[in-house]
Amino acid sequence: MAQAAPVLNHSKPLKHGHNVKRHTGLMDWITTVDHKKIAILYLWAGGLFFGIGGLEAILIRIQLIKPMNTFLNAQLFNELITMHGTTMIFLGVMPIIFALMNAVIPLQIGARDVAFPFLNALGFWTFLFGGLLLNLSWVMGGAPDAGWTAYAPLSTSTYSTTHGVDFYTIGLQIAGLGTLIGGINFLATIITMRAPGMSYMRMPMFAWTTFITSAIILFAFPAITVGLVLLTFDRILGANFFEVGAGGNPVLWQHIFWIFGHPEVYILILPAFGIISEIIPTFSRKRLFGYSSMVFATILIAFLGFMVWAHHMFTTGLGPVANALFSVSTMLIAVPTGIKIFNWLFTMWGGQVRFTTPNLFAAGFIPTFTMGGVTGVMLASAPADFQFHDTYFVVAHFHYVIVGGLVLGLFGGLHYWWPKMFGRMLSEKLGKWTFWTFILGFHMTFFVQHFLGLMGMQRRVFTYLPNQQFDLLNLISTIGAGLMGVGTIIFLTNVFLTSRKPVGALDDPWEDGRTLEWSIPSPPPEYNFKQTPLVRGIDALWKEKTAGNKGMTPAEPVGSIHMPSATALPFVMSVGIFIAGLGFMFSRDDFGNAFMSFIFNNYIVTAIGLLITFGSMVLRSVFDDHGWHIEPEELEEG
Amino acid sequence: MTTAHAEAANGTLPHEPEKATLEGRNKVLAFWLFLGGEAVLFGTLFATFLALRNQTNEGPTANELFHLPLVAAATFILLVSSLTSVFAIQAMHRNRPAVLRNWLLITVVLGLGFLGLEIYEFSEYIRHEEFGMTTSAFSSAFYTLVGFHGAHVAFGIVWIGILIAQLSRKGLNVITAPKIYVSAMYWHFIDVVWVFIFTVVYLLGKVG
Repeated sequence: MAQAAPVLNHSKPLKHGHNVKRHTGLMDWITTVDHKKIAILYLWAGGLFFGIGGLEAILIRIQLIKPMNTFLNAQLFNELITMHGTTMIFLGVMPIIFALMNAVIPLQIGARDVAFPFLNALGFWTFLFGGLLLNLSWVMGGAPDAGWTAYAPLSTSTYSTTHGVDFYTIGLQIAGLGTLIGGINFLATIITMRAPGMSYMRMPMFAWTTFITSAIILFAFPAITVGLVLLTFDRILGANFFEVGAGGNPVLWQHIFWIFGHPEVYILILPAFGIISEIIPTFSRKRLFGYSSMVFATILIAFLGFMVWAHHMFTTGLGPVANALFSVSTMLIAVPTGIKIFNWLFTMWGGQVRFTTPNLFAAGFIPTFTMGGVTGVMLASAPADFQFHDTYFVVAHFHYVIVGGLVLGLFGGLHYWWPKMFGRMLSEKLGKWTFWTFILGFHMTFFVQHFLGLMGMQRRVFTYLPNQQFDLLNLISTIGAGLMGVGTIIFLTNVFLTSRKPVGALDDPWEDGRTLEWSIPSPPPEYNFKQTPLVRGIDALWKEKTAGNKGMTPAEPVGSIHMPSATALPFVMSVGIFIAGLGFMFSRDDFGNAFMSFIFNNYIVTAIGLLITFGSMVLRSVFDDHGWHIEPEELEEG
Repeated sequence: MTTAHAEAANGTLPHEPEKATLEGRNKVLAFWLFLGGEAVLFGTLFATFLALRNQTNEGPTANELFHLPLVAAATFILLVSSLTSVFAIQAMHRNRPAVLRNWLLITVVLGLGFLGLEIYEFSEYIRHEEFGMTTSAFSSAFYTLVGFHGAHVAFGIVWIGILIAQLSRKGLNVITAPKIYVSAMYWHFIDVVWVFIFTVVYLLGKVG
């Protein structure tokens, strides 16, 4: 696909010259297989869900602003905390991570697209329809209310009688399918699509962390797939996996959930490590300190990430031997993570540091994430965890790593790559306002929660009694949450104002770009690289700059470029799964309407949905996509 | 890739047609990755089954249920189908589309035979042994694990069937070869999973 035909004859059409059908407007977005457009789709969809999850957080904090508050009732509070966690992790930050991966990875490795453009689109649409299904629960009989961990037996049909948890299981199943597809796609892309000279140990760190993250996705997501299937079967088909009365075992759910759930934490944070590792060298005008130790620390974190899941279950009663082993393996993770922290500090040390907005976020990330890491080591101590478990100390800890780590990293990455994605620089002034309001609000919200937890305030409880010294700290926490909301609104304002400006960002708008994405126009043309670049070292573009060259040396002559065709099939397939999921979920309901009951109770709706999906798969298999070509003369025009 | 196109245009086929194009190589690589994910999927199902296999809730136990001759026949059929899919790939590498098609047909027929035996087995349990999805934790784990495998077999049969039709229409070339190759990888994988099911579910159920 990346290769070009060596012989060009302009007067007659090439052997594979097929007519290309161009879509415009909405159809363009529905049918696109271009990784740069899919990145923007991921960003808008992820941003939408991030906004929903943020509003849920604000509602939770308003409820907790004072003791015995009646702003929300207990049921709604449970639904909000469940949906806040689920939405933020699966539908908010993961898609934004995928947005940056899609926007940047093919450019960083010198590729014209990902290995499977069709699958890339399919991954996005399944994620979106899974997320929509999950959020439909708000208007279709109540959201899931068993916590984002959906522990059995609370989540079984005995104790959770509405369809809420069904929306959780089916919605996450569909969204998870999209994530798995994306993971496989990025693994294959990074293995096979690197430009000539781009060896593994010359890849930018963000490409490395994407690679490792994708591997974690591949080995972690099938576990939750099975877990969700078991819970679905229990709830809809009357199976007994978690029904103690029939021989089932609720602890099984905890194991399966956390065998997935803990690696998931590293799926979230490793890309942020990669983003920080790109931003800090750029704005220190120095190469990354300890590149190879950074690579091996990433691999080690991924490996250890699969052996620590039971530290979420210290109080379940697995016994002292299991607790001790998982305690030690958890503390081990601090070693590679510490290596990373020091590498970033040593990269800045002695560098010509410029505190642009992305670099502010990166510099803010380091101490904030370190604090989250330190409380992580505290929680890893099993005896102490009996005190911390299910208190606000845990809430503070994971928000320090996820918001103070990942979200700061994402904000940094968005400001950093925004000109590359959209061709317009975000306002530095508003960007700095975003940073200061967000990080101050963040610490106000969550720093005090450490103390609330140590003083004994339980998480996931909708209110608290007065005169326990909780009142002031909760008030501070809620004000901080408001400030984070203000920071996000400033960011959105920045995005809106920037979108009104003309496209005009330079190829290398930060002037000190080190990697391949800064060697091509902003935004890049459809085919990314007119000629595939030749990579001659780590930080390929920086190497050419220091050698006095104007740009990359091409590795091939200008030639015709093969492109994949746009197609609506990924969208249609996802609609099919969506219909099948809804049909299966309501297959045991009495609709009070003979026709509706008939089509749902006999799995006709499910069958129609599956038929749409599998039918689309057959179409995709039977009709080969020959793609189309961009000819050299068009390259000269563009 | 250009050489592969040229050879395809001449009517000859490169030595390993499934890996002759970048698309083909990507497909084979990604399918290995996918099978890695599938291994975790079945691994989790096996772990669930092992955790719950003695939780029979006063329903039938494994020892009472299983008839090894029937399962052994199913195992034999599926193992032979794996062999025939190897013959199919060998025929593909020798560029013999007709032989390839015949071996694929035999693979599909054997797969159907296996699936028929499994459906017969399940229906016997449900009708005569009162052993359904809701009977016990053991029954839920049994039907989910073995049923997932059966669904994979059914999917493989339909998939290879569609590929046989494509082979007749489009011929063997660098586009159809990777598809056939990955379907054979898939078929071997579900065969390996069955070997584990035969051991962990049936043999262990008889003696454990």
